[in-house]
Amino acid sequence: MSDAGTFERRKRRTLIYLLAPFTLMLGIFFLIPLGIMAVYSFLEPGLYGGVEWNWYPYNYGRIIGWPLNDYEEFEPIYLKIFLNSVQIAVMTVIGTFILCYPAAFWVSRMKGTKKNLALFLITLPFFANMLIRIYAWLLLLRPTGFFNTVLQSAGLIIEPLDLLFTNFSVIVGMIYILTPFMFLPIYANVERLDYSLVRASQDLGANALQTFRRVILPLTAPGIIGGCVIVFIPALGNFIVPSFLGGSKVQMTGNLIERSFLQSRDWPFGAALALLIMATVVILVMFQISRQSRAEEKGIA
Amino acid sequence: MDSFLKITSAFKTFRTPEGGTIRALDDVSLHVRNNEFLTLLGPSGCGKTTLLKCIAGFEDIDDGDISLEGVSLKRVPAHRRPFNTVFQNYALFPHLSVKDNVGYGLDVAGTDKGERNRRVDETLELVGLSGFGAREPNQLSGGQQQRVALARSLVLKPRVLLLDEPLSALDRKMRENMQIELKNLQHSVGITFIFVTHDQEEALAMSDRIAVVANGKVQQLGAPQEIYDEPWNEFVANFVGTSNIFSGKIVKADDGYLTLRTGNGRELMAKSDRFKSGDSASLVLRPEHLTLSGSGEAHSIEGTVTQSVFVGSDMHLHVDVGLGRTALVHHRHEKGGDGEDFSPGAKVSLSYVPEAAHLIEGTGS
Repeated sequence: MSDAGTFERRKRRTLIYLLAPFTLMLGIFFLIPLGIMAVYSFLEPGLYGGVEWNWYPYNYGRIIGWPLNDYEEFEPIYLKIFLNSVQIAVMTVIGTFILCYPAAFWVSRMKGTKKNLALFLITLPFFANMLIRIYAWLLLLRPTGFFNTVLQSAGLIIEPLDLLFTNFSVIVGMIYILTPFMFLPIYANVERLDYSLVRASQDLGANALQTFRRVILPLTAPGIIGGCVIVFIPALGNFIVPSFLGGSKVQMTGNLIERSFLQSRDWPFGAALALLIMATVVILVMFQISRQSRAEEKGIA
Repeated sequence: MDSFLKITSAFKTFRTPEGGTIRALDDVSLHVRNNEFLTLLGPSGCGKTTLLKCIAGFEDIDDGDISLEGVSLKRVPAHRRPFNTVFQNYALFPHLSVKDNVGYGLDVAGTDKGERNRRVDETLELVGLSGFGAREPNQLSGGQQQRVALARSLVLKPRVLLLDEPLSALDRKMRENMQIELKNLQHSVGITFIFVTHDQEEALAMSDRIAVVANGKVQQLGAPQEIYDEPWNEFVANFVGTSNIFSGKIVKADDGYLTLRTGNGRELMAKSDRFKSGDSASLVLRPEHLTLSGSGEAHSIEGTVTQSVFVGSDMHLHVDVGLGRTALVHHRHEKGGDGEDFSPGAKVSLSYVPEAAHLIEGTGS
């Protein structure tokens, strides 16, 4: 008995040592700043940045309409921008999914060197600087850029299309940046898909469509949901892509936050915006986790 | 001839990654009878699983034909064939309950709900799993998963049930129980079973007929006793059970009793009417047909024990019979019996009755 106790104690001590660096890092660089942000979002903005230590919940009022005082008024533009951000993020998720789901099956069926090469190519964009990659899209999409030139010289269009500074250009840029994040979780899931189950389904009389709907889709769902969540989160809060490819016409919440901290120096308002995004994301992640654990109970995931 | 499921001159070649080719099926012809338990027995890589996949429709044969009651199945895709497969790893759907696994085939066929539930319950009862319907497959033991896989196929009332080494993942006790159960099940449902295995004991215990497959060819097709007692060639003699094989030439034929002279000049007697004097032949003797005897008896072979292995019911003796040839002898173990000192070096004399010996075409001596 005492031996078992010693063993248990030693195991617990090892666990503490192993988790300590991670816990410290998370505590100091995440939880404390998050706490500061949460507190700041309820304080009055200082005149030249910083905060006045007065209870001031009206930052939220500007965004969601309540609570308000005499100086702050409800500005629906922020909600509109937030909804537009959600729309762009959802479109990005759909776009990356359509690109990655078939590709994951394709790559998972490759063999040896070919497969490693394909996986390397998918992560290759990470090796180039993100600003350069987004800037490249600026050159491709602008009125005198590659696409318009080609379409014009082919005689398909007379006037250049307004490709740049639209929701479309932002979504294209986001899809481009975030594709690997969708691919990898789906691939990890598809790779483990037991093809004998597909065969069993055929054997039991299911055609291709039935097999897909009843076997392949449910078994790859955890990967799909995982991919969707980790694409949606950075897409929703992104400010680099919209500031390059959306210009002044397409605003996302990320741009608002950036502007309120750096330009209008309204820290509490920026903090409130950031917390609202975070709340949305946390709700989504909770949903994913509960689904995942339900799936794991069934022996998939 | 009952022409139920007929495989005619089937060929199948695979390309290896190194660029070579493998003949998985090499002119295979096989007539499967209705309601029989047929086993495809062979070592791994012999083509037996390929044959099963071709019947199921997961692979196409390059040449030849597969037909059911005279109708060719070559253009019929797997999901339309009236066959079902029990897979080696069971391939149960992990996201569905036992009930939904068994009901899967009925669901995709659009069977009416009440009918579906009735048949699922019936089949679960047949395999002894009533009450397990709500479980998830990963909550079941290997044997239970095996039964679910069986039920999932049987519920569709297939014309032929294909079983791909379904017992290989079970432990020995469980496997032996399932062998008997499978055999009984086949009797009660009256469906043709084609069972693939590399385990010869399993094949002998369960089958109505066995097709021994090697190198993409059917080496012998027959009832278990025929296969064991009268193997057609050296491969079958060695693969099904163990055999002592002595090659030589027939030097004397006397009223069905033939005398075979082996390479080292030993003369052995056998009874057969298939051979005549001057033929080259090999004599197959099962280890249990060799008995230890006093020296000097007729048909006896002198030798020296090199190794003895006690396996419980028997002593397995390796006996050097001269010129580097070793004969294997199964000697029944007697509790408390004396004369069981077979330490290496002991001189023994082996004898057999000529009727127990079997002659096959010689491979040259």
